[in-house]
Amino acid sequence: MKLLSKLTKNGYQNYIIVILFFAVFQILSSTGHISNSLKGQLVPIVVYVIMALSLNLVVGISGELSLGHAGFMSVGAFTGIIVSATLQNSIPNGSIRLVFAIVIGAVFAGVIGFLISVPVLRLNGDYLAIVTLAFGEIIKNLLNITYVGLDSKGLHLSTKDIASMNMKPDGITILNGPMGALGTVKISTFFSGIVLLLLVLIVIQNLVASRCGRAIMALRDNRIAGEACGLSATKYKMIAFVTSAAIAGSAGALYGLNYSTLVPKKFDFNTSILILVFVVLGGIGNMTGSIIAAALLTVLPEMLRTFRDYRMLVYAIVLILVMIVTNNEKARDALTGLLRRFRKKSVKEGTANE
Amino acid sequence: MKKKVLSLLLAGAMALSLCACGSSQAPASTAADNGTAATEATPAAGDGKLTGTLNMGVIGPLTGAAAIYGTCVANSAQIAVEEINAISGDFQIALNSQDDEHDAEKSVNAYHNLMDWNVQMIVGCVTTTPCIAVSAEANSDRVFMLTPSASGTAVTEGKDNVFQLCFSDPNQGSASAQYISDKKMGTKIAVIYNNGDAYSTGIYQTFAAKAAELGLEIVSTTTFPDDNATDFSVQLKEAKDAGADLIFLPIYYTPASLILQQASTMGYAPTFFGVDGMDGILTLEGFDTSLAEGVILLTPFVADAKDDATVNFVTKYQEKYGEIPNQFGADAYDCVNVIYAALQKYAAANGGFDVTGVSYSELCEILISVFTGGDFSVDGLTGEAMTWNAAGEVNKAPKGMIIQNGAYVSLD
Amino acid sequence: MLTYLINGLSLGSVYAIIALGYTMVYGIAKMLNFAHGDVIMIGGYVAFCSTSYLGLGPIPSTLFAVVVCTVLGIVVERLAYKPLRNATSLAVLITAIGVSYFLQNAALLIWSSNPKSFPNLVGSIPNVVIGELVIPSTAIVTVIANLLIMLALTMFTGRTKMGKAMRAVSEDKGAAQLMGINVNRTISVTFAIGSGLAAIAGVLLCSAYPTLMPTTGSMPGIKAFTAAVFGGIGSIPGAMLGGILLGVIEIFAKAYISTQLSDAIVFAVLIVVLLVKPTGLLGKKVSEKV
Repeated sequence: MKLLSKLTKNGYQNYIIVILFFAVFQILSSTGHISNSLKGQLVPIVVYVIMALSLNLVVGISGELSLGHAGFMSVGAFTGIIVSATLQNSIPNGSIRLVFAIVIGAVFAGVIGFLISVPVLRLNGDYLAIVTLAFGEIIKNLLNITYVGLDSKGLHLSTKDIASMNMKPDGITILNGPMGALGTVKISTFFSGIVLLLLVLIVIQNLVASRCGRAIMALRDNRIAGEACGLSATKYKMIAFVTSAAIAGSAGALYGLNYSTLVPKKFDFNTSILILVFVVLGGIGNMTGSIIAAALLTVLPEMLRTFRDYRMLVYAIVLILVMIVTNNEKARDALTGLLRRFRKKSVKEGTANE
Repeated sequence: MKKKVLSLLLAGAMALSLCACGSSQAPASTAADNGTAATEATPAAGDGKLTGTLNMGVIGPLTGAAAIYGTCVANSAQIAVEEINAISGDFQIALNSQDDEHDAEKSVNAYHNLMDWNVQMIVGCVTTTPCIAVSAEANSDRVFMLTPSASGTAVTEGKDNVFQLCFSDPNQGSASAQYISDKKMGTKIAVIYNNGDAYSTGIYQTFAAKAAELGLEIVSTTTFPDDNATDFSVQLKEAKDAGADLIFLPIYYTPASLILQQASTMGYAPTFFGVDGMDGILTLEGFDTSLAEGVILLTPFVADAKDDATVNFVTKYQEKYGEIPNQFGADAYDCVNVIYAALQKYAAANGGFDVTGVSYSELCEILISVFTGGDFSVDGLTGEAMTWNAAGEVNKAPKGMIIQNGAYVSLD
Repeated sequence: MLTYLINGLSLGSVYAIIALGYTMVYGIAKMLNFAHGDVIMIGGYVAFCSTSYLGLGPIPSTLFAVVVCTVLGIVVERLAYKPLRNATSLAVLITAIGVSYFLQNAALLIWSSNPKSFPNLVGSIPNVVIGELVIPSTAIVTVIANLLIMLALTMFTGRTKMGKAMRAVSEDKGAAQLMGINVNRTISVTFAIGSGLAAIAGVLLCSAYPTLMPTTGSMPGIKAFTAAVFGGIGSIPGAMLGGILLGVIEIFAKAYISTQLSDAIVFAVLIVVLLVKPTGLLGKKVSEKV
C-alpha cells in the first residue's frame, strides 16, 4: 500500500511538471517572450521526452538494454506520414488527421515490436542489446528500399523504384526510398505533443503501478525467483517491450509530421544511443529524471552554439563530466564541497557588502 | 501628373549623385574584373548606391560526416564577404554560419537560431535533406534562400523564395546521359550509386530514364549504402563481368577515390564518368592522381582552372585555410556575390537602397523580383551568364573535363 | 566465386582485427568500449601524419601510431573510465559514447573535415596474381597480422603473470582482488593493449580502404562489435572467426542477393546465430547461479 501511494505520488509530480512546462511556454510564447530557437524546439523536446519515457520502460522497468529504439520510432514516423498523406483529402482537419496518424503509427510500431520481441526476449544482457541494435539497422535498411505512392486507385508499394509502382500520372510519391518522405504537410503542434505526452505518462505510470508492472519489476530484479513464483518472464517482458515500441511509434509519428522531410537514415544507431543517454542520465527507472534529462539535453546543443566549432566537443565533455559526477562518490563529494565553499564565500561576501 | 514631376525630380537627383559618386565606381568595377559581379545596370535608373549592413546566414554541416561540405561553404562565403566588405565602407555583410550536422531537425534549429539573430536572407542549406526541411519553414516565414549546393528538386518545388546556384539533380543526370550518347563514349554502361543519398539517387534516377530514352544500354546497376562506403569489390566485379566499358559514378569524390583504387587493384580499366561531386579528387590529400587518369566529369567548376577569378579564390582560400576548396566552396562564393549583384541591381534601379533594418520578408520579395526579373545575369566561378527561372533553377552550362597528367583538361 | 571469397576474407580480416580489441576489453573490464572505433581513427591519422609529414617508413609510423594510441588509451581510461569503476555498466557505456564524440570532434578540429587518402603502407608488397584471380597484398598482410596478434594475445593471456591476472579479473573481480591482484592496474593495462591494437587496426583498415575522415572508425567499429558478439564476446579466437565470417557473409550477400540489403542480411544472420547459440559461436555458456 505504501509502495502504491508512493508511486502515484511520483506520478502526480510528473503530470504537474508537464502541465507547468506547457503553461509556462504557452504564456511565454503568447506574450512573445520566447526565442524562435526555443519555439522551434518545443515539439522535438516533447518527442524526445516521450522516447525517453518509452525506452525507460524497457531499460529501467523491464531491465533489458535496447539499442534499437529509433527503429520503432521510424516505423511510427513513416506510417504516420503515409496515413496523413492518404487522409489528406478525406480529412482536411490537421488535428484529427494527426490523431489517426499517431494511433496507426503506434499500432504498426507495436506490431513490429511484438514480432521482434519473440526472438529478442529469448536472449539476455548484452546479447539482447546487440540483437535490438541489429533489428534497428535492419528496419533502417528495409525503409531505405521502400517506395510508397498514392494515386486515385490507392496506395502503391515497391521495393525497387518509383517507376515500378505503376502509378497513374496523378500519383504522388510519399516515400522515395533513401530520400525518404518529401513534402510532408506539417500538422504536429506543441499542444498535441503535450496531450500525447500526458497520455503516455498515464499509460506508463499505471502500467508500472499495476499488478502487471510489479511482475515486470520482480522479473527484472530476479528472473529466477520471479519464474519460481509462477510469473511468465516472456509474457511480462513482452508486455513492457510492445508497449514501449507502440509509444515510440506514436512519438515517431509526432516527429515525422513536424518536418516537411524525413529520411530513414535519421533513425540510425546514433539516435537510439541519444535516447539511451537521456534515460541513463535521468536515472534508470526514474520517469521524472527521464523527462528532465531529455528536455535539457535536447536544448543543450542549441545553447552551446556560442562555442561555434567547439560546440560538439563541449557537449562531449559535459556528457562525460555529468556521468562521472553522478556516478562517482569522490567526484560528487568534491563537487558538493566546492559548492558549499562557494556558497559560504558568497554569503561572506554578502555580509561584507552589508 | 504629380508622378511625372516626381520621377523627373528623382532622375535629376540621380544624375547629380552619378557625378558625386564617381569615386565609388572604381572598386565596384574591380569586383567585376574578378569575374564575380557583373550586373547590367538598367540605364534609365541611373546610379543608386547600395548601403547598409546585410545580415546573411549560412546553414550547413560543420561537424559530423558531411562536415567537409559545410565547412568549405562557410569558409568560402567568409572569403566572399571579406572581399565585398573591403570594396567600400558603405555596404557591409555580417555573416553568421550555423551548424546543422546534415540533419533536418538540427537544420531547422539552426534556422530558428538565425532568425533570433535577425537574419535577412540565407545562403543554404548545404545539403539536400536539411534544405528541404528549412526551405519549408522559410517559405511560410518569407525568408529568401539561395542554396549553393542542395540540388534535389524538392528543395525548390513549390517554393518561390528558394533558388539554387547548383544544377538540380535531374539536370545533371540527363545532361550526363546526353553527353555520353552524343560523344559515343561507351556502349555498355554500369552505374554505381549511393542509395542512401538523395543527391546520388536523384541523379541516377534521371540518368536511367534519359539513358533508356537515348537507347544507351545499362548493363549493371549497383549501389552502396551511405555508412558502408568502403568495399566496392563486388560492385566492380559485377560491372566487369557484365562487360561494361563505361562506369557512371554519380557520387562524391571520397567513395569515388576508393572505387578507382579498387578497380586498379582488380586490373579493370573502363572509362569512369563522374558528375560535379567528383571534383576534389585531384586535391584529395595523399591520393595517387595517376589512378584518376582518364576520368571524365561534367562539372561547372574545377579548382585548378587558370582564369583569374578561380585563381584569386583558390589562392585566398589556401592562404586562409591551408586547403584547396571544392566545388561547394566555389558555389558558396558565387552565392554571396550573386546576392551582392542582385542588391546592387535593385539599388541601381531604385535610386539607392539601404539594407539596414529591411525586414526579411520585404527583402525576400525584392530578391525574388530581381532573380526572376528576366534580365538578371551573373558571371561567377561556376558559370558564365547564370540566370534563374521562376522555379528557382539556375541556367548555366556544365563543362566536360577529362583528367590528363593529373590535371583537368577541357573536353570541348 | 573465388574472387568474392578472397574479397570477403580481406574485409573480414579487417573486422576481425578491430573485433579483437573489443573482445579484449569486454572480456576483462566487462564494458562495451564504443570509443574503440574512434581510437582506430586516431591511429590512422597518426600513421598518416608520420608518413606524409615526417616521412617515416611503414613500420616506424605504425609503431609510432601504436605508441600514441596506447598513451591515449591510458589517458582516456584514467580520466573517464577509472572514476566509474564501481558504477553501473550503462553509466560506463554512456561515458564511452561521450569519449567517442569527443575523439571525433577533436579529430575534426585537428585534421579538418577534408578526407585524407591514406598512403598504402603495405604497397611495396606486390599483389599475388593467380590467373584471373588477384589477391591484394593488403589482404595477405592483414590476415597474417591477424594471426600473429591472435597468437601473441593467446600466449600473453595464457603464459604471463599479467595475462593470468587478466583472466582472473575477467572470471571474478572480487576473488581476484582477494588473491592480491591489483584489479585497477590490470584493467588499465588491458585498455593500453586494446588501444595499441586499435592503432594497428587503424593502419590496416586505412591501407585496405584508404579514406581517412573523423568518422572513419564509427561504422567499422559497430560492425566489428557485431563480429565480436557473433564469435562470442570475450573469446579471442571467437573475435577472429566472427570477423572473418561477417566479412565473407557481407560480400556474398552483396554479390548474390542485393547490394542495398547487404547490411540487413548480415544483421539477420547475426540474429539467427544468436538464437541458435545465444552466447555466440565460440562463447562460453555461463550457467546462472541461483
